[in-house]
Amino acid sequence: MKTDMLVIGGGAAGLAAALAAADPRYKIMVIEREPMLGGILNQCIHNGFGLHVFKEELTGPEYATRYVDAFLAKGIDYLVDTTVIDIEKTDDDFVVTVSGRETGLKTITSRALILASGCYERTRGSITLTGDRPKGIMPAGSAQRYLNMDGYLVGERVFILGSGDIGLIMARRMTLEGANVLGVAEIMPYSNGLTRNIVQCLHDFDIPLYLSHTVTLIEGRQRLEAVTIQAVDDHFQPIPGTEKRFEVDTLLLSVGLIPDVTLFDSLKLTISPVTRSAVVNQFLETSVEGLFVCGNALHVHDLVDYVSDESHKAGLNAKAYLERQDKVARDEHAIIVADHIRYVVPQMLDFSRLDAPVELMFRTTRKAEQAVFKLVQDNQVIKEKKARYVAPAEMEKMMLDPQDLTGRGPVTLYMEVVKP
Amino acid sequence: MKKMICIVCPVGCHLAVDDNHVVQGHRCARGEAYGIKEVTHPTRLLTTTVRTTSTLVPRLSVKTREPIPKGLLFEAMRVIARVEIDHPVKMGDIIIKNLLDTGVDIIATKPLDLRYNERKDVRR
Repeated sequence: MKTDMLVIGGGAAGLAAALAAADPRYKIMVIEREPMLGGILNQCIHNGFGLHVFKEELTGPEYATRYVDAFLAKGIDYLVDTTVIDIEKTDDDFVVTVSGRETGLKTITSRALILASGCYERTRGSITLTGDRPKGIMPAGSAQRYLNMDGYLVGERVFILGSGDIGLIMARRMTLEGANVLGVAEIMPYSNGLTRNIVQCLHDFDIPLYLSHTVTLIEGRQRLEAVTIQAVDDHFQPIPGTEKRFEVDTLLLSVGLIPDVTLFDSLKLTISPVTRSAVVNQFLETSVEGLFVCGNALHVHDLVDYVSDESHKAGLNAKAYLERQDKVARDEHAIIVADHIRYVVPQMLDFSRLDAPVELMFRTTRKAEQAVFKLVQDNQVIKEKKARYVAPAEMEKMMLDPQDLTGRGPVTLYMEVVKP
Repeated sequence: MKKMICIVCPVGCHLAVDDNHVVQGHRCARGEAYGIKEVTHPTRLLTTTVRTTSTLVPRLSVKTREPIPKGLLFEAMRVIARVEIDHPVKMGDIIIKNLLDTGVDIIATKPLDLRYNERKDVRR
């Protein structure tokens, strides 16, 4: 089978990218490993989605359905129950091996490729949890899938480690379904979740949040029987004498998300150690020509609305790639991140094609009540943006206009703290 | 005196509302209104699922069309738990009319196509 553009992933990112790229001149195909389109939105039954894209508050399934309906109306090809096994790059094409219920094992050749495969949750293996290794310990998103898709409540007495939004949402969800959620422990002195979720998921149900605490002991031979938490000092070391023991049958982990880019393993491309995904330029194109990445596969977003926006751009850029006759001689330079900035996407600017404003998306390493983000080139501040209530958990955005640039020298982004 | 964190905007003011509904700690009128509403008639949108007869999609996601009184959440869950859907639904279809006499309906937040049972026809 031969296509012009293959989109890996039929969730929020893949659907938005395919919709943006849809064009009768090109054969586009979306590959989805689940039996239905919509991705992780299908299990996110809570509301709070769509305020930016649709100007109204929707639940995850409602947001997904709007995109799925638009996608189906365009008549774009897709395969469900199909997973990508391998990607190989030849001179002009990508050769993608898929395995599916309808297709069996098959190779698909495509000129452009968009990776929109989302992210995965950090598991027990990615953090230090001492003690026994019983069943009953799982990422919060897995418990969410069991409950909201399959109708299966994974436990009755629950403790949650990590105050990310999924953990908070699951604290409320399991409480409403009859479980007893005894508390949430967060190793940082502040929560990583939205204030709104702290209030409506924890305060509403009198679930305690233990800040600067972590789980230090797991007990249970077959099934989890108890967890012990302890306060931690400034260096995250447990403080003796602060132990609290909770008899629970379930420990949910809400300790971070990582872009799922295992498919990159067979490709030679530049990976960022911070985002743990591909380094891209302003077209969301990787160092491999014709390969674009978007959504949570590129970096983990706060809002699905931002995923849709970014993926829309990736779709348009991939289409522009198909339209282009000649090869581009790239002139790429990294955007350097300095004080208090953890990462920026895109990481590279291709000066040879810098003819439109570029939206920079970035995260800070610290909180600040008032701050200024500054872009510097040739020792000169070329752009600045004031911000209030900056936090690592909230993605920041800034527009870089080609006219702002003084030349082709390196551009540096940093944060100046005005009021901590 | 009731203490709470305002969720109207990202600032997150710490509010205190006394018995006479006087709000302290807010920095804007919206925050004051939030504080008063939280002590007089707090409401929440409820999102949950109902059972279906489909094997591929055993749960259908639903929500209250409007927020309902916060105190009714658990009672609402018990009513919703008694429902089983054995027919196709469109997104927005009413699943329970006038939940607990609140005047608020429970509606489907996604379509349910029972052909999902025959996986050949999965086209979504």
